[in-house]
Amino acid sequence: MRPRRRVELLGVALLALLAWLIVYPLILVLVEGFRGPEGWTLDFVRLFLQQPTEARALWGSVWISLASVVLAAAIGIPLAFLFGRYDFPGRRILGWLVALPAVLPPLVGVIAFLFLYGESGFISLLLQRLLRLEAAPWALQGAGAILLVHAYSMYVYFYLFTRAGLASLDTSVLEAAASLGAGRWRTLRRVVFPLLYPALGGAALLTFMTSLASFSAPYIFGGGFRVMTTQIVSTRLNGDDELAMIETVSLTLVALAALWMLRGSRFLDIGAGGRKGLAPARVRVQRHWARLTLGVIGWGLAVLLLLPHLTLLLVSFVPLGTWTTEPLPPAYTWRNYLTLVEDPVRAGPLFNSLWLATVSTVAAVGIAIAAGILSVRRRVRSRGIIEGLLGLPWAVPGTVFAIALATAFSVRAPLAGRFVLVGTLWILPLAYLVRNLPITSRAILAGFRALDPSLDEAAATLGAGRWRTLRRVTLPLLRPALVAGASLAFVTAFGDFVTSIMLYTYDTRPISLEILSSLRQSDVGVAAAYGVVVMAVSAAVFAVGADQGSGG
Amino acid sequence: MTFLRLDSLTKRFDSTVAVDHLSLSIERGEMLALLGPSGSGKTTTLRLLAGFEVPDQGQVLVEGENVTRVDPVARRFGMVFQHYALFPHLDVGENVAFGLESLGVSGEELERRVARALTLVDLAGFERRRISHLSGGQQQRVALARALAPEPRVLLLDEPLSNLDPSLRERTRREIRELIRRVGITTVLVTHEQDEAFDLGDRVAVLRGGRLEQVGTPEDLYAAPANEFVAEFVGRSSTIGVLVLGRTDRGVRVAVEGVEWNLTDTADSPPGPARMVVRPEALRLMDPTPGALIGTVTERRFTGAASLFTVLTEGGAALEVTGPPRSVMAGEQVGIMPSRRAGGGIHLFSRTVP
Repeated sequence: MRPRRRVELLGVALLALLAWLIVYPLILVLVEGFRGPEGWTLDFVRLFLQQPTEARALWGSVWISLASVVLAAAIGIPLAFLFGRYDFPGRRILGWLVALPAVLPPLVGVIAFLFLYGESGFISLLLQRLLRLEAAPWALQGAGAILLVHAYSMYVYFYLFTRAGLASLDTSVLEAAASLGAGRWRTLRRVVFPLLYPALGGAALLTFMTSLASFSAPYIFGGGFRVMTTQIVSTRLNGDDELAMIETVSLTLVALAALWMLRGSRFLDIGAGGRKGLAPARVRVQRHWARLTLGVIGWGLAVLLLLPHLTLLLVSFVPLGTWTTEPLPPAYTWRNYLTLVEDPVRAGPLFNSLWLATVSTVAAVGIAIAAGILSVRRRVRSRGIIEGLLGLPWAVPGTVFAIALATAFSVRAPLAGRFVLVGTLWILPLAYLVRNLPITSRAILAGFRALDPSLDEAAATLGAGRWRTLRRVTLPLLRPALVAGASLAFVTAFGDFVTSIMLYTYDTRPISLEILSSLRQSDVGVAAAYGVVVMAVSAAVFAVGADQGSGG
Repeated sequence: MTFLRLDSLTKRFDSTVAVDHLSLSIERGEMLALLGPSGSGKTTTLRLLAGFEVPDQGQVLVEGENVTRVDPVARRFGMVFQHYALFPHLDVGENVAFGLESLGVSGEELERRVARALTLVDLAGFERRRISHLSGGQQQRVALARALAPEPRVLLLDEPLSNLDPSLRERTRREIRELIRRVGITTVLVTHEQDEAFDLGDRVAVLRGGRLEQVGTPEDLYAAPANEFVAEFVGRSSTIGVLVLGRTDRGVRVAVEGVEWNLTDTADSPPGPARMVVRPEALRLMDPTPGALIGTVTERRFTGAASLFTVLTEGGAALEVTGPPRSVMAGEQVGIMPSRRAGGGIHLFSRTVP
């Protein structure tokens, strides 16, 4: 039939677009790593295997990621149980504060830690004074520093996944366990945890992949300690492109292996599945001393978690060159914020990040809607591959994608589908788009799946054509999913550092790079002011997303 | 004159035939019920009518116009979906207006016609209510109003009552029937509930495995089922194997588990093994005397004026028999005979294919 064939053709077209954006650059990287001046070669693989620094960097990536999973789980799971199962004064607001590290994009979080625990950070200086030490009590460097940042920013995954898992538990299952004589511990061990496994597996996978791809923390705090992402960038800066390709391949293989090992776990399905039965009610903590203890622990924790945000805010008011060795800055000014608006050189990156994030978000949402219509609604034959490709960039660290795109789009060969985009305005939105496709399409495809297909059919029997149905029925009903997908994409793109550092040009330099350069010029106030802006925008977008997502 | 005609419709999904050479003619203003168990192809037939599926073979004709390949958007068939498929983000009035807007109706005319459609289903003044604030029965009426507002040529109803509380069903059934009679629209509805089909359908088409088994008025189907399947599927009945001995001047002689019965008013059946389908009211209970089929009462269900007894015969068949409420108790041994006014309640279907 003709309309059917047209739909299938559109499916193939989408598939081709995704293959060109996602698979093709990766294949080119693979090819370049195995090609020397005289054709195919394993020289670079040999070089990679011979250098102990390479093995050390790869191992560094792996063990840092594993340790990050353990630390994040150790913090996130107990917190989720505390806030998900018990009721005590301040639970609501604390439960919300606990998720706050999510609004700190990686680089911003890292500089906040620098201001707090770095050599001349508040906490370090405070301790130095109190203990009358000669120097800072610690050096915020190496694996320990990286793990600290990772634990802080990634426990949120375990926290959110576990809470969602707890919320989706059916009370009657717990009651059944109790009626069968299982005590609290046995219920926890034999019923609750097994039911949480998919959620915990998802959180572990997400944490592992995020820390494997983590770049900001190792870049700023690594010092002599190398992980593969920083190794790739430095190899690339040294001009050893082919070796960088092999490093890229090795990191991708580790990522894919992790994905394969945890392939059964549920990832980002939170909120998509409906809840059956009644969620367990929270246990009200009755005893006075227990309430008090929980309150103190809770608020102490909140302060600890909020310190980076507060620090950033405080430092953003510090005038240039006034803060040296005092524990607290001696002077404050609005100047830094005014500069961001008034100085065209400072305002540029702000504007850049805004339009780059907007363009890439709009494109990602558009592609995700097309994929939703073709794959979920029209069920084109290529739907399996389309959905697979949409998820693929998630398994590939950002550094790898940056290299891949830089490789693919630095050559002009229109017949081979290659154009010179590196150095133009378009490479960054493209990179953000590719990186955001998994997260955006996840949310939007889940939205499509939750839509009752008979709504479309009802619209058709009422004489509404495809466009009217899309505009009046499908899109309005998808609004929560669209807003969720778009806000995640926007926030990620707005704070991006990993891909930007490899692909930016002076004209398109985003906020993250301006933060870095302000920091290098010791202009901490401006760096922090940028950080506060990113943090505020992220928080605002998330708040709008949460608001829209729950309504309608 | 035939208004809607299904001509040898056939639809395959992969290797299974969902609808198999189905032909039906529906008069203008008639209500036809498609009745069948799940998998009988009734829903696929409805979807073929609506245009969501395109048949592999055959045609759908409305007043002689071939609409087989007309898009649902252009077909102007109204449909009420099983779960109503009301647009949750639009209010009642906007839902009802949706189809009218497709026709280009706007302004006061639109408001007037929405109000008229809502009045028709007894929901006048409900325009600005949210869908989520309506009861199940109200939602169903909104769905009806929405389907009827653009004045479609044919109305399709997919299991219209399955989503309602049992207590609401009978009343809603009555309301739907009245409403559709009033509007006078040609209607096809799908159901697996015989009561629904008999109550709503002027005629009922019984489907099995994608084929039409029989089509006729409820009375026809009940009194003269075309085959064993229809006899069993329509109305309450039980089945037992018999041997047809031959025809006498007083009817047909059959042997039931060694007992010989004379059946009057039964269509001709060739001698040999046969299946006898019996309505509960066509049998009566008596003392276990010679000439009666002997069995044990296993269950008694009180249904009001009479009780329904399940009797397990010595030969292992379970027969349902109506009788006075307290005549026998479970566990008692009883005899069964055809009641004197068995009428059209006993049907013989030869086992040998003629």
